[in-house]
This record gives sequence, structure tokens and C-alpha cells, in this order.
Amino acid sequence: MFEHRHLLGIEHLKPSDITAILDRADTFATTPDSRAVRKDSLAGLTQINMFFENSTRTQASFEIAGKRLGADVMNMAMQASSIKKGETLIDTALTLNAMHPDLLVVRHPNSGAVALLAQKVNCAVINAGDGKHEHPTQALLDALTIRRRKGRLQRLTVAICGDIAHSRVARSNIMLLGKMENRVRLVGPRTLMPPGIEKFGVEVTDDMETGLKDADVVMMLRLQRERMDGGFIPSEREYYHRFGLDAAKLSHAKPDAIVMHPGPMNRGVEIDGEIADDINRSVIQEQVEMGVAVRMAVLEMLGEGRG
Amino acid sequence: MTLLYNARLIDPEAGTDTLGALLIEDGVVREVFENPVDLQQFSARTQIDCGGKCLAPGIVDIGVKICEPGERHKESFRSAGRAAVRGGTTTIVTRPDTEPTIDTPEMVRFQIERAEDDTPVNVLPMAALTKGRMGREMTEIGFLTDAGAVAFTDCDAVVADTKVLSRALTYAAGLGALVIGHPQEPQLSKGACMTSGQYASQLGLPAVSPLAERMGLERELALVEASGVRWHADQITTAAALPILRRARTAGLPVTAGTSIHHLTLNEFDVADYRTFFKVKPPLRSEEDRLAILTALIDGDIDIISSMHTPQDEESKRLPFEEAASGAVGLETLLPAALQLVHGEYLTLPELFAKLSLNPARLLGLECGRLTVGAPADLILFDPDLPYVLDRWSLASKSKNTPYDLRRMQGKVLGTWVAGTRVYAGDEA
Repeated sequence: MFEHRHLLGIEHLKPSDITAILDRADTFATTPDSRAVRKDSLAGLTQINMFFENSTRTQASFEIAGKRLGADVMNMAMQASSIKKGETLIDTALTLNAMHPDLLVVRHPNSGAVALLAQKVNCAVINAGDGKHEHPTQALLDALTIRRRKGRLQRLTVAICGDIAHSRVARSNIMLLGKMENRVRLVGPRTLMPPGIEKFGVEVTDDMETGLKDADVVMMLRLQRERMDGGFIPSEREYYHRFGLDAAKLSHAKPDAIVMHPGPMNRGVEIDGEIADDINRSVIQEQVEMGVAVRMAVLEMLGEGRG
Repeated sequence: MTLLYNARLIDPEAGTDTLGALLIEDGVVREVFENPVDLQQFSARTQIDCGGKCLAPGIVDIGVKICEPGERHKESFRSAGRAAVRGGTTTIVTRPDTEPTIDTPEMVRFQIERAEDDTPVNVLPMAALTKGRMGREMTEIGFLTDAGAVAFTDCDAVVADTKVLSRALTYAAGLGALVIGHPQEPQLSKGACMTSGQYASQLGLPAVSPLAERMGLERELALVEASGVRWHADQITTAAALPILRRARTAGLPVTAGTSIHHLTLNEFDVADYRTFFKVKPPLRSEEDRLAILTALIDGDIDIISSMHTPQDEESKRLPFEEAASGAVGLETLLPAALQLVHGEYLTLPELFAKLSLNPARLLGLECGRLTVGAPADLILFDPDLPYVLDRWSLASKSKNTPYDLRRMQGKVLGTWVAGTRVYAGDEA
């Protein structure tokens, strides 16, 4: 039984919660035919997507997920509305709350902002990414992709590479993969490693060969240029040379290792275009597909509590 | 003429904690008696039975922000004065980081007048070291001193240009002025709201290395050595800064150091789920740092405990952590929070009042902070043990941003006297 009122992060989930979400998501992922998975389990419920930060794929994914379950989905482009008028996050939350939504999907540029909002509303809140803190549905869809490809979600060696410091995806993935008892390696330049990260139960290296050695999964992160407030790397070409995933670096991983990327990709910066498009190695498109399934599962499980 | 008898006299100067009585007259301590006193002898005078509770010199709190001018809705002289008497502070030393900055003699006089009109406690203003705290031109340190400024500080706006700082310190040294610095490397700490480490990384909050404090301190102390200026660190909060501080003191530099009650009693984990009432400047530190600071306080490397009273209204705190304002109110909670150090047997009461009253008074050249004959009768009567749960809405400050909300506290002020006049007589409610 899923006992949580909100999904604010991986941090508060038990391994059994994670398995339950993935099992449910699997039922939505088995067929690519959207008519076959269409349900009305959220019929009559209102889902509002509040994105205080630009997003194409995550917002679309949540919208499709909600609609396939019969929810009334509304998108609010927060940059264009009240924020500009100086309304605070909490006022916005209270205003929305008065309209009695059932599910609130929120992305915000500040760490902790989604949790703050969740304290002020009566509906279920789903964190669609808060600052550099967490992005739980991304970690869950990554987990589902790995589980389907590898047949299991434990005792795997997962290398997470690149801009760890600015990545909420990395934080959620480190926690999820750790909870499910996998070996996690972080690879990247030291300027892009958050201080104290080695205490998270991970191995840290700034050498791709060491980091990728015998890995089952290679997870590349986007270089978050918009979150950087100074020079973290000397140049993109040096970064690509040392940390960009190409065939030579990937050869150190297991022969059947899969390549993942949360998107959007900077081809030629953190990943070689050919690797990204190699259907034998890259599961990047599948991740997007699993995104819808995982979000359907999360919305449905949180929505059930509100029936 | 008033006799305060049956009191535990806490005298930080003598280091004593004895039962006795005080006779106060004309605003000063006229006589100190060891128990017992013959009450008949004083029958003509007002007699107050202290009930065996503690009588100590009132707190001298360096670095209090009163938000006049500019943000009176956060704290006024009137509300700060009420908070002070309830918290046992009899001398407030105000920060100049108001809107606008206190950087002209006129502004200093304005503050002194406002304080006289509206507060029952002593208020001593500090002025900015540079105009507008912009770090470009030094203020009129001479005129400001004449107007009544007791020290010069740009608060948390560290003067980044070392040449400007060097000249300001050299000029201040020539006038014998006291400069209060905020040891922090300004570039490194820009935008940070946590101390870097595992916890900040987990929360995904911008963080600054604790070494930024050491780097800032080293720069300032090198300039102190060059200029000979009397210099005080507002808050030393990290273990890494302590060897630097000790070295300067051993070398005989005119340097003293303070710390905030928040850094002595809280650590980074108190931030928990982005609780903005725990956002202070510098950010709360690791438990290792807190313990190191506590040890330095006990050993005498840190001289002064301040509240760093920084009122912030609900609006400015009800925001995502990164965007929320920094600071916590502290005038009313300084004493009960500091008494934790006594209850934990880290300090005795006279030792605590050396940090709260005597040392800051000496730094500023004040006569108070002692229970000696002739000292100003700035006194507080308090029960060090009285337990209660703090309710932030009960605070007298206009702003209620205390990190101790709903915490179990011990110790309450029962009475406050300033220059012999009783200005607070316990909870009226």
C-alpha cells in the first residue's frame, strides 16, 4: 500500500514503495498503444501542472499521463502569470488551493520550494523538479528503464557521469539506486562534484575509464550551463575530450551496458551523437516512453487516496 | 534608593556567585552586601525580595538590528526596547545596516534621539565603515565618533576592495576607533545560504566552504597588524578560523572575537526541511564547528556572545530557502538559550555573564557589566531554571522569526533595571 500523500522526493520512499510504483508503471508500459492503456481511474479529478521553470518533455509527459487516466489536466505557465506581478509562491499556492485541485505537479527553480508549497495545499503534490534538490519521477523512470532492460534493479554497477553538482536527477538517482542496493559511481570533474558527495555511499572518480569500468549502466547528465554561475570547466571541447561519452570511453563498460540520458542532450558536449542514436546501446527514447508510464503510476497511486 | 536583597549576586568581574544584597542609588550600585543583611537598617528604603533568584549585570548586546529607519514594520525602537527588557539586555549596540545605512552624523543623532524617546534601555549606535556599506569610500569616522557612534562596521557587506579596507582601518586606527569585521571571503560566499558539505549537497542548496571564514579573517588580521586598529570579529563560527585568531591574540594584536548564540546552540541539521527561520549569516555550521566554537568560548579565545538580532517579517521568511531573508531575532532568547551552556555545565553563571555583559562592556569602554560599587545599576533579576516552551507569538519583537519556536527553554527574566530604574517587572500577563 502506498502511504504517501505527496511525491516530493526519493528520500522519503522505502524500497517497497519504489517497487510498487515500478510494478504499477510496468502495467502501463507493456503496450505502445495508448488506447489500450487508457483508463478512467482519475476521471473527475483535476490535475494542475505548475511549471515555474521551462520544461517541454516533463510537462508534456505529465499532461499525457494525466489525460490517459481521465483526469482534467490544466497547464499553468507560471513565468507568465502571477510571479511577474510579485505574488509569492505561497500566495499562489493558496489561490490555487481554493480552486480545489486534486493533483498538483510542480517544478520550481529553488530547492525545497515544492515541499514548501505542499505544506500549504490540501491536494497531492508531485515534485517535477526543485532546484538542485530532487526530480523523483525522473529517477523512477530511469529505474523502470533499467529494470526492464536488465531484468533487475539491484547489484548493478551504475556510472552517473558529468555535472553532478547542478543535477537534481543525479541526487534522486543516487538515492534510488542506493536504496535498491546498486553500486553507484560518480564520474566528473571535481568542480562539478558537490562537496561531501562521497558520504552518500557512492564511489567518486574524475576519470571516465575508471568510472565506466565494467559498468552495467552509463547514465550521462546534461551540462547545466544555465545553472552555472561561473567557470566550472575551461571549455566545452576540453570537457568533451575528458568526459564526453564516445565509443572509446564506452568500451570500458560491460559489452551489454546501456546508455541513458535524461535529456535534453548537448550532442558533442557530454555525449557523442552516434552513441546517443545507437539503438543497441542507447535507451534514451525508451526513457521518455517510460516517463509517461511512471507518471501515470504516480498520479494514479496518489489519486487513489482521493477517490 | 532601592535595596535588592535575598539575591544570588552574579558578578562576572569577581567571578563570584554569592547570596547577598545590592543597594542602588542615583543610578549606580551604592553598596554590595554579603548575606545576610539587616533589613531594619534599610527600613526607609524600597526593598525588593529577590527570592533567592539571580541578580546579574544586564546584557550588553553588540550587533542588534533595529529596523529604524526604513523597515519599521519589522522592528522599531519601541518594540526592540520591550524585547530587550524582557530578555535581560540593558545596553543595545545597534547595527548600521538599515535602509538607508547609518553613515552620517545626522543619522547617528537620529538613532540616539529615537532611542531616547522610545526605549527604556541604553542604545549605542554603530556606524558604517564605508558610505552606504558599498565598500568604496570610508565614512566620516571622526564626525561619527563625535556624534556618538561607538564602533564602525559594514556588517555582512564585507569590504571587498582590500585597498579601501586598508585605508579605512588605518584611518580608524588614528582615531582610536573600534572596527567590527565580518570575517568572510566575499566572493566565495556570494549567493551561499548553507555551509558546504554533505547536508547542503543533499538539499541542493548553494553553499560556502567554512574556509571562507578563515580566509576573510586572515585578510582582516593582516590589515589589523599593519594598521594597529582595534578590531573585533562579529562572529567566529568555524573551527578553521580559530588557529588564526589565536595566533593574532598571541602576537598581541588588539583583537577580540564574538560569536552568535545561534552558532553556539544550533547546527546545520536544524535547517531540516528548508526551515527558513534557521537561515542566518554566516550559515549554521557543522556540529564539529559548533563544538569547536563552544570550546573556544570556554577557553577564552572567544570573548563575547551576541544575539545578532535580525528581525524579518513573515513575508520575507515564507519563501523558498534560497530566496528567504537571512537572520533571526534574538533579544528575548539570548539569555535562555545561553543558559543552556550553564545547564550543560560548560560555563558557570559568572563566566556566562563575562561573555554577555562584562566583556562587551569592556570592549566598548563602558562602566556597566559589573556588580561593583559605583557601576551603573543596569541589572537583571532572573530565574535560571524556570522551564517553558517558547511560543514565538509571545515575543515582544515585531518580527517573530526565532529559531527556538516551540523549543523547551529554561530561564526567564523577572525584572530589569536601567540606571537604577525598574523598566521591567516580569510577565504582566
